[in-house]
Amino acid sequence: MKINVTVNGTRYDRDVEPRMLLAYFLREELGLTGTHVGCDSSSCGCCVVALDGDRAVKSCTMFAVQANGHEITTVEGLEEGGKLHPLQQAFWDQHGLQCGYCTPGMLMTAYVMLKHKPKPSEAEIREAISGNLCRCTGYQNIVKAVQQAANELTAEPAAAAVGS
Amino acid sequence: MFPAQFDYRPASSVDEALEALVRYGDDARVLAGGQSLIPAMRFRLARPAMLVDINPIAELDYLRESGGQLQIGATTRDYLLETSTMLGDRYRLIADTAAVVADPVVRQMGTVVGSLCHNDPAGDWPVTALASRAQVVVRGKDGARTVSIDDFIVDSYTTAVGTGEMAVEVRFPTPSARTSGSYQKIERKVGDFATAAAGVQITLAPDGTIADAGIAIGALGPKALRVSAAEKLLKGAKPSKALIEQAMREAQTVADPNPDNRGSVEYKRAMAGVLVGRALRQTLERLGVGGLA
Repeated sequence: MKINVTVNGTRYDRDVEPRMLLAYFLREELGLTGTHVGCDSSSCGCCVVALDGDRAVKSCTMFAVQANGHEITTVEGLEEGGKLHPLQQAFWDQHGLQCGYCTPGMLMTAYVMLKHKPKPSEAEIREAISGNLCRCTGYQNIVKAVQQAANELTAEPAAAAVGS
Repeated sequence: MFPAQFDYRPASSVDEALEALVRYGDDARVLAGGQSLIPAMRFRLARPAMLVDINPIAELDYLRESGGQLQIGATTRDYLLETSTMLGDRYRLIADTAAVVADPVVRQMGTVVGSLCHNDPAGDWPVTALASRAQVVVRGKDGARTVSIDDFIVDSYTTAVGTGEMAVEVRFPTPSARTSGSYQKIERKVGDFATAAAGVQITLAPDGTIADAGIAIGALGPKALRVSAAEKLLKGAKPSKALIEQAMREAQTVADPNPDNRGSVEYKRAMAGVLVGRALRQTLERLGVGGLA
Protein backbone atom coordinates (compact mmCIF):
# COMPACT_ATOMS: atom_id res chain seq x y z
CA MET A 1 0.00 0.00 0.00
CA LYS A 2 1.28 3.47 -0.88
CA ILE A 3 1.60 5.77 2.10
CA ASN A 4 3.00 9.19 2.83
CA VAL A 5 4.29 9.89 6.29
CA THR A 6 5.95 13.03 7.55
CA VAL A 7 8.80 12.12 9.87
CA ASN A 8 10.66 14.87 11.70
CA GLY A 9 9.31 17.37 9.17
CA THR A 10 10.33 15.44 6.05
CA ARG A 11 7.68 13.85 3.88
CA TYR A 12 8.33 10.28 2.79
CA ASP A 13 6.36 8.41 0.11
CA ARG A 14 6.73 4.67 0.34
CA ASP A 15 4.99 1.49 -0.72
CA VAL A 16 4.73 -0.89 2.26
CA GLU A 17 3.08 -4.15 3.21
CA PRO A 18 0.19 -3.56 5.63
CA ARG A 19 1.91 -5.77 8.22
CA MET A 20 5.02 -3.55 8.33
CA LEU A 21 5.19 -2.19 11.87
CA LEU A 22 5.95 1.48 12.33
CA ALA A 23 9.14 0.80 14.31
CA TYR A 24 10.54 -1.26 11.45
CA PHE A 25 9.37 1.25 8.87
CA LEU A 26 11.32 3.97 10.68
CA ARG A 27 14.42 1.85 11.19
CA GLU A 28 14.63 -0.19 8.01
CA GLU A 29 12.78 1.84 5.37
CA LEU A 30 13.90 5.29 6.51
CA GLY A 31 17.16 4.37 8.24
CA LEU A 32 16.14 6.19 11.41
CA THR A 33 17.64 3.77 13.88
CA GLY A 34 17.29 6.09 16.87
CA THR A 35 13.96 4.41 17.57
CA HIS A 36 14.89 1.18 19.36
CA VAL A 37 13.05 -2.11 19.46
CA GLY A 38 13.28 -3.78 22.85
CA CYS A 39 10.62 -6.27 23.86
CA ASP A 40 8.87 -6.02 20.49
CA SER A 41 5.58 -6.69 22.27
CA SER A 42 4.39 -3.37 23.70
CA SER A 43 5.83 -3.83 27.18
CA CYS A 44 9.11 -1.92 27.35
CA GLY A 45 8.59 1.47 25.69
CA CYS A 46 11.96 1.65 23.87
CA CYS A 47 10.16 2.27 20.59
CA VAL A 48 7.99 5.22 21.66
CA VAL A 49 7.57 7.98 19.08
CA ALA A 50 5.27 11.00 18.98
CA LEU A 51 2.20 10.79 16.73
CA ASP A 52 1.05 14.18 15.43
CA GLY A 53 3.10 15.78 18.19
CA ASP A 54 0.63 15.11 20.97
CA ARG A 55 0.48 11.36 21.52
CA ALA A 56 3.24 9.05 22.65
CA VAL A 57 2.80 5.68 20.95
CA LYS A 58 4.68 2.41 20.97
CA SER A 59 5.77 2.10 17.36
CA CYS A 60 6.10 -1.69 17.63
CA THR A 61 2.35 -1.83 18.22
CA MET A 62 1.19 0.33 15.33
CA PHE A 63 1.33 -0.42 11.61
CA ALA A 64 3.12 1.96 9.28
CA VAL A 65 -0.04 2.17 7.16
CA GLN A 66 -1.81 3.70 10.18
CA ALA A 67 0.65 6.58 10.01
CA ASN A 68 -0.45 7.41 6.47
CA GLY A 69 -1.07 11.15 6.31
CA HIS A 70 0.22 11.67 9.86
CA GLU A 71 3.30 13.25 11.38
CA ILE A 72 5.78 11.24 13.39
CA THR A 73 8.51 12.67 15.58
CA THR A 74 11.37 10.37 16.52
CA VAL A 75 14.33 10.99 18.78
CA GLU A 76 16.26 12.22 15.72
CA GLY A 77 13.74 15.05 15.45
CA LEU A 78 14.44 16.52 18.88
CA GLU A 79 17.67 18.45 18.28
CA GLU A 80 17.55 21.61 16.22
CA GLY A 81 20.49 22.94 14.25
CA GLY A 82 22.98 20.84 16.15
CA LYS A 83 21.67 22.00 19.52
CA LEU A 84 20.29 19.33 21.81
CA HIS A 85 16.67 19.61 22.91
CA PRO A 86 16.43 20.64 26.59
CA LEU A 87 15.35 17.07 27.38
CA GLN A 88 18.40 15.59 25.68
CA GLN A 89 20.69 18.10 27.38
CA ALA A 90 19.07 17.31 30.73
CA PHE A 91 19.60 13.55 30.26
CA TRP A 92 23.26 14.38 29.56
CA ASP A 93 23.59 16.74 32.52
CA GLN A 94 21.81 14.48 35.00
CA HIS A 95 23.36 11.22 33.77
CA GLY A 96 19.87 10.02 32.90
CA LEU A 97 21.20 7.03 30.99
CA GLN A 98 23.79 4.33 31.23
CA CYS A 99 23.52 1.87 28.34
CA GLY A 100 21.14 4.19 26.47
CA TYR A 101 18.87 1.51 25.10
CA CYS A 102 15.68 2.84 26.69
CA THR A 103 16.65 6.49 26.19
CA PRO A 104 14.88 7.27 22.88
CA GLY A 105 11.63 5.95 24.32
CA MET A 106 12.13 7.81 27.60
CA LEU A 107 12.83 11.03 25.72
CA MET A 108 9.82 10.76 23.45
CA THR A 109 7.47 9.76 26.28
CA ALA A 110 8.69 12.72 28.34
CA TYR A 111 8.57 15.02 25.30
CA VAL A 112 4.85 14.36 24.82
CA MET A 113 4.08 14.45 28.55
CA LEU A 114 5.67 17.90 28.93
CA LYS A 115 3.42 19.20 26.15
CA HIS A 116 0.36 18.18 28.15
CA LYS A 117 1.81 18.81 31.61
CA PRO A 118 4.54 21.45 31.43
CA LYS A 119 5.10 21.46 35.20
CA PRO A 120 4.76 17.85 36.33
CA SER A 121 5.34 16.73 39.90
CA GLU A 122 7.87 14.01 40.59
CA ALA A 123 4.99 11.55 41.03
CA GLU A 124 3.51 12.58 37.68
CA ILE A 125 6.85 12.05 35.95
CA ARG A 126 7.22 8.60 37.50
CA GLU A 127 3.66 7.74 36.45
CA ALA A 128 4.22 9.02 32.89
CA ILE A 129 7.30 6.85 32.34
CA SER A 130 5.86 3.79 34.09
CA GLY A 131 5.39 2.08 30.70
CA ASN A 132 9.06 2.57 29.85
CA LEU A 133 11.52 0.09 31.30
CA CYS A 134 15.08 1.04 32.23
CA ARG A 135 17.31 -1.68 33.68
CA CYS A 136 20.35 0.53 34.39
CA THR A 137 19.52 3.74 36.16
CA GLY A 138 16.88 2.87 38.72
CA TYR A 139 14.99 5.79 37.16
CA GLN A 140 16.30 8.32 39.68
CA ASN A 141 18.38 10.33 37.22
CA ILE A 142 15.79 10.01 34.47
CA VAL A 143 13.27 11.68 36.77
CA LYS A 144 15.82 14.39 37.64
CA ALA A 145 16.49 14.96 33.95
CA VAL A 146 12.82 15.38 33.13
CA GLN A 147 12.50 17.80 36.05
CA GLN A 148 15.43 19.83 34.74
CA ALA A 149 13.96 19.94 31.24
CA ALA A 150 10.54 20.93 32.58
CA ASN A 151 12.13 23.79 34.51
CA GLU A 152 14.04 24.98 31.48
CA LEU A 153 11.14 24.72 29.09
CA THR A 154 8.84 26.68 31.38
CA ALA A 155 11.43 29.28 32.46
CA GLU A 156 11.47 32.84 31.13
CA PRO A 157 13.78 33.08 28.07
CA ALA A 158 16.42 35.08 30.01
CA ALA A 159 16.46 32.61 32.88
CA ALA A 160 16.68 29.71 30.43
CA ALA A 161 19.75 31.28 28.85
CA VAL A 162 21.44 31.50 32.25
CA GLY A 163 20.44 27.92 33.08
CA SER A 164 21.88 26.45 29.90
CA MET B 1 7.72 -11.30 14.89
CA PHE B 2 5.59 -9.80 12.16
CA PRO B 3 1.91 -10.71 11.83
CA ALA B 4 0.75 -12.98 9.05
CA GLN B 5 -0.15 -11.16 5.84
CA PHE B 6 -3.45 -9.34 5.75
CA ASP B 7 -5.31 -6.81 3.66
CA TYR B 8 -5.85 -3.40 5.16
CA ARG B 9 -8.84 -1.15 4.67
CA PRO B 10 -8.91 2.26 6.31
CA ALA B 11 -12.58 3.22 6.70
CA SER B 12 -13.72 6.82 6.63
CA SER B 13 -17.27 6.06 7.82
CA VAL B 14 -19.10 3.39 9.79
CA ASP B 15 -20.96 2.38 6.63
CA GLU B 16 -17.68 1.89 4.81
CA ALA B 17 -16.32 -0.20 7.70
CA LEU B 18 -19.49 -2.31 7.77
CA GLU B 19 -19.32 -2.89 4.05
CA ALA B 20 -15.84 -4.41 4.43
CA LEU B 21 -16.86 -6.36 7.56
CA VAL B 22 -19.84 -7.88 5.75
CA ARG B 23 -17.79 -8.71 2.68
CA TYR B 24 -14.97 -10.44 4.59
CA GLY B 25 -17.14 -11.98 7.32
CA ASP B 26 -15.27 -13.89 10.01
CA ASP B 27 -11.93 -13.24 8.28
CA ALA B 28 -12.16 -9.53 9.13
CA ARG B 29 -11.26 -7.75 12.35
CA VAL B 30 -11.79 -4.14 13.39
CA LEU B 31 -8.62 -2.21 14.25
CA ALA B 32 -9.15 0.54 16.82
CA GLY B 33 -6.29 1.23 19.27
CA GLY B 34 -4.74 -2.10 18.37
CA GLN B 35 -2.98 -2.41 21.72
CA SER B 36 -4.28 -5.95 22.25
CA LEU B 37 -5.02 -6.97 18.66
CA ILE B 38 -1.62 -6.10 17.19
CA PRO B 39 0.37 -8.07 19.83
CA ALA B 40 -2.09 -10.97 19.32
CA MET B 41 -1.45 -10.81 15.58
CA ARG B 42 2.31 -10.66 16.14
CA PHE B 43 2.14 -13.80 18.28
CA ARG B 44 -0.08 -15.32 15.54
CA LEU B 45 -2.86 -15.80 18.07
CA ALA B 46 -5.01 -13.79 15.68
CA ARG B 47 -4.73 -14.06 11.91
CA PRO B 48 -7.36 -11.88 10.31
CA ALA B 49 -7.24 -11.78 6.52
CA MET B 50 -8.69 -8.27 6.53
CA LEU B 51 -8.07 -5.48 9.00
CA VAL B 52 -10.66 -2.71 8.92
CA ASP B 53 -9.09 0.42 10.43
CA ILE B 54 -11.73 2.60 12.08
CA ASN B 55 -9.26 5.20 13.38
CA PRO B 56 -9.93 7.56 10.45
CA ILE B 57 -13.66 7.73 11.39
CA ALA B 58 -13.61 11.09 13.14
CA GLU B 59 -17.22 10.93 14.33
CA LEU B 60 -16.48 7.90 16.52
CA ASP B 61 -14.09 9.90 18.72
CA TYR B 62 -16.24 11.42 21.47
CA LEU B 63 -16.95 11.53 25.18
CA ARG B 64 -20.26 13.20 25.99
CA GLU B 65 -23.11 13.22 28.47
CA SER B 66 -26.43 12.98 26.69
CA GLY B 67 -29.89 11.59 27.43
CA GLY B 68 -28.97 10.38 30.91
CA GLN B 69 -25.86 8.56 29.71
CA LEU B 70 -22.16 8.97 29.41
CA GLN B 71 -21.47 8.02 25.80
CA ILE B 72 -18.04 6.96 24.58
CA GLY B 73 -17.31 6.39 20.89
CA ALA B 74 -15.39 3.47 19.45
CA THR B 75 -12.15 5.36 18.82
CA THR B 76 -12.09 7.34 22.07
CA ARG B 77 -8.80 6.70 23.85
CA ASP B 78 -8.40 5.74 27.49
CA TYR B 79 -6.17 8.79 27.84
CA LEU B 80 -9.08 11.13 27.13
CA LEU B 81 -11.09 9.63 29.99
CA GLU B 82 -8.09 9.70 32.28
CA THR B 83 -7.61 13.41 31.72
CA SER B 84 -11.21 14.54 31.23
CA THR B 85 -12.63 16.98 33.76
CA MET B 86 -16.12 15.79 32.78
CA LEU B 87 -15.92 12.71 34.95
CA GLY B 88 -16.72 13.93 38.45
CA ASP B 89 -17.50 11.84 41.53
CA ARG B 90 -20.43 10.12 39.89
CA TYR B 91 -18.24 8.53 37.26
CA ARG B 92 -15.42 7.87 39.70
CA LEU B 93 -15.28 4.17 38.82
CA ILE B 94 -14.72 5.03 35.16
CA ALA B 95 -12.07 7.65 35.89
CA ASP B 96 -10.32 5.27 38.32
CA THR B 97 -10.26 2.55 35.68
CA ALA B 98 -9.02 4.81 32.90
CA ALA B 99 -6.00 5.69 35.03
CA VAL B 100 -4.79 2.10 35.50
CA VAL B 101 -5.39 0.39 32.15
CA ALA B 102 -2.10 -1.05 30.85
CA ASP B 103 0.47 1.79 30.99
CA PRO B 104 0.31 5.54 30.22
CA VAL B 105 1.68 5.18 26.69
CA VAL B 106 -0.65 2.32 25.79
CA ARG B 107 -3.57 4.42 27.08
CA GLN B 108 -2.80 7.08 24.47
CA MET B 109 -3.79 4.56 21.77
CA GLY B 110 -6.03 2.04 23.55
CA THR B 111 -9.81 2.47 23.47
CA VAL B 112 -12.61 1.58 25.89
CA VAL B 113 -14.82 0.02 23.23
CA GLY B 114 -11.89 -1.92 21.78
CA SER B 115 -11.10 -3.35 25.20
CA LEU B 116 -14.72 -4.45 25.61
CA CYS B 117 -14.67 -6.08 22.17
CA HIS B 118 -11.37 -7.84 22.84
CA ASN B 119 -12.95 -9.04 26.11
CA ASP B 120 -9.80 -10.36 27.69
CA PRO B 121 -10.68 -12.17 30.94
CA ALA B 122 -8.11 -9.93 32.65
CA GLY B 123 -9.27 -6.74 30.93
CA ASP B 124 -10.25 -3.73 33.05
CA TRP B 125 -13.15 -2.27 31.09
CA PRO B 126 -15.42 -5.36 31.17
CA VAL B 127 -15.27 -5.23 35.00
CA THR B 128 -16.13 -1.55 35.17
CA ALA B 129 -18.81 -1.87 32.50
CA LEU B 130 -20.49 -4.61 34.55
CA ALA B 131 -20.34 -2.68 37.82
CA SER B 132 -21.78 0.45 36.21
CA ARG B 133 -24.34 -1.44 34.11
CA ALA B 134 -23.15 -0.25 30.73
CA GLN B 135 -24.69 -0.93 27.36
CA VAL B 136 -22.91 -1.36 24.04
CA VAL B 137 -24.30 -0.08 20.76
CA VAL B 138 -23.64 -2.61 18.00
CA ARG B 139 -24.18 -1.70 14.38
CA GLY B 140 -24.73 -3.93 11.39
CA LYS B 141 -25.77 -3.09 7.88
CA ASP B 142 -29.44 -3.32 8.88
CA GLY B 143 -29.18 -0.89 11.78
CA ALA B 144 -28.12 -0.61 15.39
CA ARG B 145 -28.99 -2.62 18.49
CA THR B 146 -28.22 -1.92 22.11
CA VAL B 147 -26.84 -4.80 24.17
CA SER B 148 -26.56 -4.88 27.97
CA ILE B 149 -23.02 -5.54 29.10
CA ASP B 150 -24.12 -8.79 30.78
CA ASP B 151 -25.20 -10.09 27.38
CA PHE B 152 -22.29 -8.46 25.56
CA ILE B 153 -19.45 -10.28 27.32
CA VAL B 154 -20.22 -13.85 26.35
CA ASP B 155 -17.02 -15.72 27.18
CA SER B 156 -13.23 -15.29 27.03
CA TYR B 157 -12.47 -13.12 23.99
CA THR B 158 -16.05 -13.61 22.79
CA THR B 159 -18.74 -10.94 22.64
CA ALA B 160 -22.22 -10.47 21.26
CA VAL B 161 -20.80 -8.66 18.21
CA GLY B 162 -21.77 -10.85 15.27
CA THR B 163 -20.24 -11.38 11.86
CA GLY B 164 -20.51 -8.22 9.78
CA GLU B 165 -21.15 -6.06 12.85
CA MET B 166 -19.10 -3.62 14.90
CA ALA B 167 -19.47 -1.94 18.29
CA VAL B 168 -19.70 1.82 17.84
CA GLU B 169 -20.37 3.12 21.36
CA VAL B 170 -20.45 2.21 25.03
CA ARG B 171 -23.00 3.93 27.27
CA PHE B 172 -22.82 4.28 31.01
CA PRO B 173 -26.09 5.32 32.69
CA THR B 174 -25.67 8.63 34.50
CA PRO B 175 -26.11 7.74 38.17
CA SER B 176 -27.84 10.01 40.67
CA ALA B 177 -25.89 12.51 42.72
CA ARG B 178 -24.78 10.46 45.74
CA THR B 179 -22.84 7.96 43.66
CA SER B 180 -19.21 7.02 43.72
CA GLY B 181 -17.05 4.07 42.85
CA SER B 182 -13.63 2.50 43.05
CA TYR B 183 -11.48 0.26 40.89
CA GLN B 184 -8.92 -1.95 42.58
CA LYS B 185 -6.32 -4.04 40.78
CA ILE B 186 -3.33 -6.14 41.71
CA GLU B 187 -0.66 -6.36 39.01
CA ARG B 188 2.94 -7.53 39.17
CA LYS B 189 4.14 -4.48 37.30
CA VAL B 190 2.55 -1.59 35.44
CA GLY B 191 1.19 -2.90 32.17
CA ASP B 192 1.04 -6.57 33.15
CA PHE B 193 -2.23 -8.43 33.01
CA ALA B 194 -4.15 -8.10 36.26
CA THR B 195 -3.61 -10.78 38.87
CA ALA B 196 -7.05 -9.86 40.22
CA ALA B 197 -9.32 -6.81 39.95
CA ALA B 198 -12.59 -5.50 41.34
CA GLY B 199 -14.89 -2.63 40.40
CA VAL B 200 -17.59 -1.15 42.63
CA GLN B 201 -20.19 1.55 42.11
CA ILE B 202 -22.60 2.57 44.87
CA THR B 203 -25.48 5.04 45.04
CA LEU B 204 -26.71 6.13 48.47
CA ALA B 205 -30.34 6.93 49.26
CA PRO B 206 -31.19 10.10 51.22
CA ASP B 207 -31.55 8.04 54.42
CA GLY B 208 -28.00 6.70 54.08
CA THR B 209 -28.96 3.22 52.95
CA ILE B 210 -27.55 1.81 49.71
CA ALA B 211 -29.96 2.53 46.85
CA ASP B 212 -27.95 0.72 44.22
CA ALA B 213 -24.76 -1.31 44.07
CA GLY B 214 -22.76 -2.68 41.16
CA ILE B 215 -19.95 -5.12 41.96
CA ALA B 216 -17.79 -7.04 39.49
CA ILE B 217 -14.45 -8.85 39.49
CA GLY B 218 -11.86 -9.40 36.76
CA ALA B 219 -9.04 -11.84 35.98
CA LEU B 220 -10.84 -14.24 38.30
CA GLY B 221 -12.63 -16.43 35.78
CA PRO B 222 -13.20 -17.03 32.07
CA LYS B 223 -14.60 -13.48 31.82
CA ALA B 224 -15.37 -10.55 34.07
CA LEU B 225 -17.96 -11.69 36.60
CA ARG B 226 -20.81 -9.86 38.31
CA VAL B 227 -21.12 -10.58 42.03
CA SER B 228 -24.92 -10.54 41.99
CA ALA B 229 -25.35 -11.99 45.46
CA ALA B 230 -23.33 -9.16 46.99
CA GLU B 231 -25.23 -6.55 44.98
CA LYS B 232 -28.51 -7.94 46.38
CA LEU B 233 -27.15 -7.97 49.91
CA LEU B 234 -26.13 -4.34 49.72
CA LYS B 235 -29.24 -2.95 48.07
CA GLY B 236 -31.45 -1.36 50.71
CA ALA B 237 -28.99 -2.07 53.52
CA LYS B 238 -27.13 0.35 55.72
CA PRO B 239 -23.35 0.26 55.16
CA SER B 240 -21.55 -1.64 57.88
CA LYS B 241 -18.39 -3.59 58.47
CA ALA B 242 -20.34 -6.84 58.65
CA LEU B 243 -22.08 -6.10 55.36
CA ILE B 244 -18.74 -5.52 53.61
CA GLU B 245 -17.40 -8.79 55.01
CA GLN B 246 -20.44 -10.63 53.66
CA ALA B 247 -19.92 -9.06 50.24
CA MET B 248 -16.27 -10.11 50.32
CA ARG B 249 -17.31 -13.71 50.97
CA GLU B 250 -19.75 -13.59 48.06
CA ALA B 251 -16.96 -12.36 45.75
CA GLN B 252 -14.78 -15.30 46.85
CA THR B 253 -17.61 -17.68 46.03
CA VAL B 254 -18.13 -16.22 42.55
CA ALA B 255 -14.40 -16.17 41.72
CA ASP B 256 -13.32 -19.04 39.48
CA PRO B 257 -9.65 -18.28 38.82
CA ASN B 258 -6.99 -20.27 37.01
CA PRO B 259 -3.65 -20.79 38.69
CA ASP B 260 -0.69 -19.24 36.86
CA ASN B 261 2.61 -17.56 37.67
CA ARG B 262 0.65 -14.62 39.11
CA GLY B 263 -0.84 -16.75 41.86
CA SER B 264 -2.58 -19.92 42.97
CA VAL B 265 -6.32 -20.48 42.96
CA GLU B 266 -6.42 -20.01 46.74
CA TYR B 267 -4.50 -16.74 46.56
CA LYS B 268 -6.57 -15.31 43.74
CA ARG B 269 -9.84 -16.29 45.42
CA ALA B 270 -8.68 -14.60 48.58
CA MET B 271 -7.81 -11.49 46.55
CA ALA B 272 -11.33 -11.43 45.09
CA GLY B 273 -12.56 -10.79 48.61
CA VAL B 274 -9.77 -8.40 49.54
CA LEU B 275 -10.22 -6.24 46.45
CA VAL B 276 -14.02 -6.11 46.69
CA GLY B 277 -13.60 -5.10 50.33
CA ARG B 278 -11.11 -2.36 49.45
CA ALA B 279 -13.29 -1.08 46.62
CA LEU B 280 -16.40 -1.01 48.82
CA ARG B 281 -14.62 0.80 51.67
CA GLN B 282 -13.05 3.35 49.33
CA THR B 283 -16.34 3.99 47.55
CA LEU B 284 -18.16 4.51 50.83
CA GLU B 285 -15.37 6.73 52.16
CA ARG B 286 -15.70 8.83 49.03
CA LEU B 287 -19.41 9.13 49.84
CA GLY B 288 -18.56 10.30 53.34
CA VAL B 289 -19.22 6.99 55.09
CA GLY B 290 -16.17 6.15 57.17
CA GLY B 291 -15.27 3.88 60.05
CA LEU B 292 -15.69 0.68 58.04
CA ALA B 293 -12.11 -0.52 58.06
